[in-house]
Amino acid sequence: MIRTHVLVCGGTGCTSSGSVKIHDALVEEIAKKGLEEEVKVVGTGCFGLCALGPVVIVYPEGTFYSCVTAEDVPEIVEEHFLKGRPVQRLVYHETKAADGATTSLSETSFYKKQKRIALRNCGVINPENIDEYIAMDGYQALGKVLTEMTPDDVIQTILDSGLRGRGGGGFPTGLKWKFASGNRGNVQKYVACNADEGDPGAFMDRSILEGDPHAVLEAMAIAGYAIGADRGFIYVRAEYPIAINRLEVAIKQAREYGLLGNDIFGTGFNFDIELRFGAGAFVCGEETALMTSIEGNRGEPRPRPPFPAVKGLFGQPTVLNNVETYANSPQIILKGADWFTSMGTEKSKGTKVFALGGKITNTGLVEVPMGTTLREVIEEIGGGIPNGKQFKAAQTGGPSGGCIPASLIDTPIDYDNLLAIGSMMGSGGLIVMDEDTCMVDLARFFLDFTVDESCGKCTPCRIGTRRLLEILDKIIAGNGEMEDLDRLEELSNYIKSASLCGLGQTAPNPVLSTLRYFRDEYIAHIVDKKCPAGVCKSLLQYTIDPDKCKGCTLCARKCPVNAISGTVKQPHVIDTAKCIKCGACMDSCKFKAIYKA
Amino acid sequence: METISVKINGVSYDVPKGSTVLEAARAAKIDIPTLCYLKDINEIGACRLCLVEVSEGGRPFRLVTACVYPCTDGMEVLTSTPRINKSRKTNLELLLSNHDRKCLSCVRSTTCELQKLCLEYGVDETRFSGEKNHYEIDTASPIIRDNNKCILCRRCVAACHNVQEIGVIGANNRGFDTYIGSAFEAKLGETSCVNCGQCIVACPVGALYERDDTDKIREALADPSKHVFICTAPSVRTQIGECFGYEPGTDCEGKMVAALKRLGFDGVYDMNLTADLTIMEEATEFLGRVKNGGVLPMITSCSPGWIKYCEHYYPEFTENLSTCKSPQQMFGAVVKTYYAEKMGWDPKDVFFVSAIPCTAKKFEVGRPGQSAAGVPDVDVAVTTRELGRMISTAGIDFRALDDECFDNPFDIGSGAGAIFGATGGVMEAALRTAAEVIEGKPLEKLEFDDVRGVEGVKLASYKLGDINLNVAVASGTANAKKVLEAVKAGELDVQFIEIMACPGGCVNGGGQPIQPASVRMATDLRKVRAAVLYNDDKTSEVRKSHENLAVQKLYDEYFGEPNSHKAHEVLHTHYIKRGL
Repeated sequence: MIRTHVLVCGGTGCTSSGSVKIHDALVEEIAKKGLEEEVKVVGTGCFGLCALGPVVIVYPEGTFYSCVTAEDVPEIVEEHFLKGRPVQRLVYHETKAADGATTSLSETSFYKKQKRIALRNCGVINPENIDEYIAMDGYQALGKVLTEMTPDDVIQTILDSGLRGRGGGGFPTGLKWKFASGNRGNVQKYVACNADEGDPGAFMDRSILEGDPHAVLEAMAIAGYAIGADRGFIYVRAEYPIAINRLEVAIKQAREYGLLGNDIFGTGFNFDIELRFGAGAFVCGEETALMTSIEGNRGEPRPRPPFPAVKGLFGQPTVLNNVETYANSPQIILKGADWFTSMGTEKSKGTKVFALGGKITNTGLVEVPMGTTLREVIEEIGGGIPNGKQFKAAQTGGPSGGCIPASLIDTPIDYDNLLAIGSMMGSGGLIVMDEDTCMVDLARFFLDFTVDESCGKCTPCRIGTRRLLEILDKIIAGNGEMEDLDRLEELSNYIKSASLCGLGQTAPNPVLSTLRYFRDEYIAHIVDKKCPAGVCKSLLQYTIDPDKCKGCTLCARKCPVNAISGTVKQPHVIDTAKCIKCGACMDSCKFKAIYKA
Repeated sequence: METISVKINGVSYDVPKGSTVLEAARAAKIDIPTLCYLKDINEIGACRLCLVEVSEGGRPFRLVTACVYPCTDGMEVLTSTPRINKSRKTNLELLLSNHDRKCLSCVRSTTCELQKLCLEYGVDETRFSGEKNHYEIDTASPIIRDNNKCILCRRCVAACHNVQEIGVIGANNRGFDTYIGSAFEAKLGETSCVNCGQCIVACPVGALYERDDTDKIREALADPSKHVFICTAPSVRTQIGECFGYEPGTDCEGKMVAALKRLGFDGVYDMNLTADLTIMEEATEFLGRVKNGGVLPMITSCSPGWIKYCEHYYPEFTENLSTCKSPQQMFGAVVKTYYAEKMGWDPKDVFFVSAIPCTAKKFEVGRPGQSAAGVPDVDVAVTTRELGRMISTAGIDFRALDDECFDNPFDIGSGAGAIFGATGGVMEAALRTAAEVIEGKPLEKLEFDDVRGVEGVKLASYKLGDINLNVAVASGTANAKKVLEAVKAGELDVQFIEIMACPGGCVNGGGQPIQPASVRMATDLRKVRAAVLYNDDKTSEVRKSHENLAVQKLYDEYFGEPNSHKAHEVLHTHYIKRGL
């Protein structure tokens, strides 16, 4: 009889830090000790606390092991599974009571304020086993809609729930379904899933696909029933091999179980799903570009209207939703719209998954009710800023979003609040910046990304974003003039209003929001020729303080370009003409005699 | 027709339901500038120049692209506000910031749509200068691409991809580095491009143009040892006027001849004559194939774009092609054999120029099997546009010229030869001759209306004597594809097919004067230009190829009879199975 379940995270983060090896070592070691009948190892999706990976949880105790290596495995098996003594040095400190007992993971600051709906099965079930999904009420919602609800009932429920698109736009999902629902049965329609998560630093869709792929399949079938479609496409980026593999396994199993294919649940409803792989272009996350790509053409957006609900894939009515949106839907069907609307703010219901990254202690995935403040997410769930640094700003919405300054940290997060302060929800990337971040450099970083990812179809985005970037480069190089700020603003506003698709329309957001909240930093770069955060190399100078320098020669030896000279035990000097501002000297100085300004 | 009400700049108009804002505005005689838009061909909303402000349902005004945005009932549209004008100006500044701006030497200067807009909006400098892309000019084919001038409107891509369904060009790279080119960075001449030139006439700027061969003509004209002749295709006289400000559809044959004589040619000849000669050869070939169980359906061979298309995409049909050379090549061959012999000239000393509405003919002159006298039949083929420039450069006041006539002995062309320039014209000309040959009596009605008109594919059936004849006519390679696929699938039983590579035929050829998108939106150039030819036919004294006395004389003096051994040597050619 199985007495212990060992859950090993198989998300991309933990996999890349060696969780497959840990999984295999556990299986091997458990077999060596003859415990196969008692201890079962389960590979799961992402737990969310990626900063502590690879992560292993042992049930029924709920012992949370973090930063595990394969070398730790014999000890865990010997001590914990055989002798019943958890390996204390690996137990996450927040789950350790003073007496050494294990406290519940859900009481840790990381999990306490979370409400997991889209992520509910991630890190809980084995995503490659359909039975585990079914055991968690999987495919019950599909059964319910097919046997108890009319398609219009389904749409009404989704409408009533107030669910809005989690891909970033925030368009009401039920409305999308309703627009595509006309003429059921007489027109070929499609259900498509946008799994082309392209925001740098965002990985919630990947985690859902890796940890709970059936939830997406089930939801797409529900959408198919609602609008009268019998074919679905998941457009997933080829850079997500684990997600693709698990989707393939899940689709195969669902077909074997009769949950995809013809005559599902004996109701005469047919629905099947195919995968399409994206080659990694950011713009292919834009809905019309995505469909163009599925059709086999160069992934470029096309004008709307016509909207996909009218003329989508292959010119047919199409519902296209994001992975996270789909992951919410079966639960809404099962638990009802009222349950969903009980969470969130007035116009943003339910929860939102965020990928925490940047200068934050607990990097990882979190799901919180809409309306949770940025402060709660960053300081409580995220564990604050490491190394005692000050929080400076957070970027939501990736390169399409904007930065939110510390003064607005108590903003409750929802679609409309974020838009009002010049950012956007986006797919849920949340990048935290500390005092060492230069906001001009940050704007440049994101803009560089969109310039790179612009498809080149429309003039404002193709040429305009490039010109914006050049102005930022000029400022960063110390050649900026005050008129450049006006040009930045004018061009940004032009690109926003005139671009063909969402990529161009949002590309200037990082520039505009940093200009709005950190204009003084721009002015410091232009007028004072200084980078206050000490990031922009052209505006920096490294200097040796002759009073502090002991003449140890270490810096001179570290300097890769021989820019430092001086005799032993005499203060050294930096030849600024030679210096490449790499900072190696400053890092090496034991006397803190080198400073940059 | 169901209409809806739209308020444009404060005035209400009823417009057909389904109209775009651009269509509604132009119907109200309000121009909205466009660059990427080409009616029915390229409606992609890419250049963002046609932005207008609209308000629907009382919501605030916002910018939308007029070219693709549908009108809704009660919509309010503003087409010229400070916001719009500023936006258009910024757009033009951005385009100029990545443009080589060598307007002075640009072949499209004064006919450039970008230049015109910059003038209108007062954009001469750009506030957003920065890095520019630099591209090597692709001169590997008669169609030259200079991406340093390209504004990425994609009109050429749409012409190649959507109209012709060839698709040898497309966008490469992305973002700022996007450029139009061929797959794997091949030069155009290395692809299965058929040189139809529809990309050139679609281009709003000077990024695409034909190889200019006029210097070779000037040199020949200046060489006293050369006998230099020029013949002009039926569709050149219909359009050369457009180079000098005449409305499309103005017949300028007399002025054209007068201008060419002033350029110094030793003879200015009418290609309608060899169109008639083609009919004699082709109709005879066809009847021979019918009688002797030859390969059918037989397909016409006048259009070199079509020939290359067939060789690349349907090599299995090369046996179906008539072996007749095109009228251009026949003319050169006749002049360098028959006429040179008659005059006692070495064919090497004869320089033969053909003026054509076509860019593919520049490729054709270099094909193998086109040298009846041991030297190329035609030395240089120039487009209507090049001819127009040559006349201007020579300082000839085209509009002031009095009409003059083509020169002896190649001055006679029948009405049947004239209509070669329009889709269905070759078929009609061939039918006139075939019918009379078979039936042995004059036709009562010369017009074969079923094969006229601009439709892409036309089918007709005729009973000529005791032969039941099914024919098909296609113009544009996309339509050629339709017909050939239907023949392959056994769905189309025809014995004779006319195919021209350009939609509407030579009148709409890739070498014709370029009309801006706004004119193309309002006028069907194929129709108005073809009307000149049909009128020419109607007013001709001779309307059947076999009644052309000059052609009869050629047979009497040189070839004997159609498809004779001599005729085969001089007037027929062979094809290459190129494949892809």
